[in-house]
Amino acid sequence: MSDKPVNLDDGGGAAVKRRAVNRGEMTRMQWTLREMKVNKVGYLMVAPFFVLFTIFTIFPVLLSIILSLTVFNLVEFPTFVFLDNYIRLLFDDDIFLKAITNTLVFAAVTGPVSYMLSFMMAWFINELSPKMRAFVTLIFYAPSISGQVYLIWQVLFHSDQYGYANSILLRFNFIQEPILWFQDANYVMNLCIVVALWLSLSTSFLAFIAGLQTVDRTYYEAGAVDGIRNRWQELWYVTLPLMKNQLMFGAVMTITGSFGFGVVVTALAGFPSIDYAAHTIMHHLDDYGGMRFEMGYASAIATLLFFMMMGANLIVKRLLSKVGT
Amino acid sequence: MAKLRIKKGTHALNRSLGGDIAINTILIIFGAFMFIPMFYAIIQSLKPLDELWVFPPRFFVINPTMKNYGDLFRLMSTSWVPFSRYIFNTVLISVFGTFGNLMLASLSAYALKKVKFPGSKALFAIITYALMFNATVTTITNFLTMSALGWVDTYLAVMVPAMCTPLGLYLMGQFIDSTIPDSVIESSRLDGAGEFKTYWYIAMPMVKPAWLTLIIFSFQGLWNMGASIFIQSEQLKTFSYAIGQILAGGIVRAGAGAASTVIMMVVPITVFVISQANIIETMASSGMKD
Repeated sequence: MSDKPVNLDDGGGAAVKRRAVNRGEMTRMQWTLREMKVNKVGYLMVAPFFVLFTIFTIFPVLLSIILSLTVFNLVEFPTFVFLDNYIRLLFDDDIFLKAITNTLVFAAVTGPVSYMLSFMMAWFINELSPKMRAFVTLIFYAPSISGQVYLIWQVLFHSDQYGYANSILLRFNFIQEPILWFQDANYVMNLCIVVALWLSLSTSFLAFIAGLQTVDRTYYEAGAVDGIRNRWQELWYVTLPLMKNQLMFGAVMTITGSFGFGVVVTALAGFPSIDYAAHTIMHHLDDYGGMRFEMGYASAIATLLFFMMMGANLIVKRLLSKVGT
Repeated sequence: MAKLRIKKGTHALNRSLGGDIAINTILIIFGAFMFIPMFYAIIQSLKPLDELWVFPPRFFVINPTMKNYGDLFRLMSTSWVPFSRYIFNTVLISVFGTFGNLMLASLSAYALKKVKFPGSKALFAIITYALMFNATVTTITNFLTMSALGWVDTYLAVMVPAMCTPLGLYLMGQFIDSTIPDSVIESSRLDGAGEFKTYWYIAMPMVKPAWLTLIIFSFQGLWNMGASIFIQSEQLKTFSYAIGQILAGGIVRAGAGAASTVIMMVVPITVFVISQANIIETMASSGMKD
């Protein structure tokens, strides 16, 4: 062996030399620069994705934070108004208050419920035979990937007696007149939540199924030896701690999904929905950004939505990190 | 000592009969809730017109017919923009968007996880945070960007943003991290292969399940994409949008509408059935560390 730290430089290229840096002889800065130089191909490899990602995701978020402090109608140059848009949103815009309430109700109901459903169902089907499990997974997952199939709920809850729900209720004399369902401010929100739940067994559901599959059987056997007596204890003491990372990923996907639930409402209840009963922040955003072109105001809405989503995610992430500890 | 129940030759740990019954009951009830609307969508498409508008509505069909599908194709051939154009648009956007997403995301994921240059951890963290909000937030400002680039009303406006979705990079990165040992990459480098060669010939063949997952997620999103604010001209709109127009056609088109919904859902479901095992394998490494 030579007395130099590592020397692999016989016949190899730059790639071979890359770990031959002796860190002890350099300052942190020098070492970082050296590492950057040696690994410059890495920057080249991430460049295509991250350039596009910066243009279409990072930059828009920053731009909307800046524009939210201005009045901008797409024609004239934006004029700076500081927090006026936010003040108008929170104190002068009754429809926005309705939108923010609805969005929070949507998120607070569909988020946790769909998260629990995804996990419970994944856990329940985990013990089925592989063929059966694949079949049940398909049944549960299919609605979320099937495009506009959710419009079938409009047929089931049609506003005249041809709708399935109305015809049953009429036949058993629960009601005398057909209920308008999606056109009735009393029902539209609840129905949309039901449809949202129907559509919600998606990415996190698959992540949970996969996570449960990877838990090693020996942990369960060891748990049984240590005195775990039923499946609930097994779930709490063995399975959940082992699945922590999956739970975290599932939570992020579910929360993000539960805040972005606007397209389906538009398709089912129309835009604007009756009395704004199912109006969400996303609708408000579309209204000001896509129709009235009040870009500053729309940016303020988008910025608030951004911080709501991030906030909810970060809080839940912190809570989940306590699972099994 | 825990009680071990013997079930079909394997030890069923901690499983009570009552629990099994309760779980299966819940599964059946919930399965019905999930399945009945899907089933009803299919049944609707097979009903002749007189059965579609019968009172009380039926959950079954007496004289199943394919007439609705025939009507759908007739409607398609009489539409102002030929229907083949909508299908072409959807296929074009789906194929290029998906392919671009796969290439860019896997190349970046490889570099972030295996080249490990200064800053790679921070970049992956940014991607993780980007999962925490969705495209609603960026739509308005992206419209400004698209206008500035002159991309409004072009395929690029929908294809290019789809290529850089964070979920694809995140899943690919986690999968590479958990399935490819560093030693494999090291030995490829020792053999004199550059990073691009190692990425393409060593790493990529080892992460085929993740490719498929990326392809399917990306494809599903693009296939189901309806109207977009970036696209105004009718010639550039998608199949999903056109289907929505038929569905909005009301009573006369109820049959054709039901048929079109079934066609819309058959494609992603078929793709999922084929690739389910691979997707589950990829999702096993999706976990997020805190």
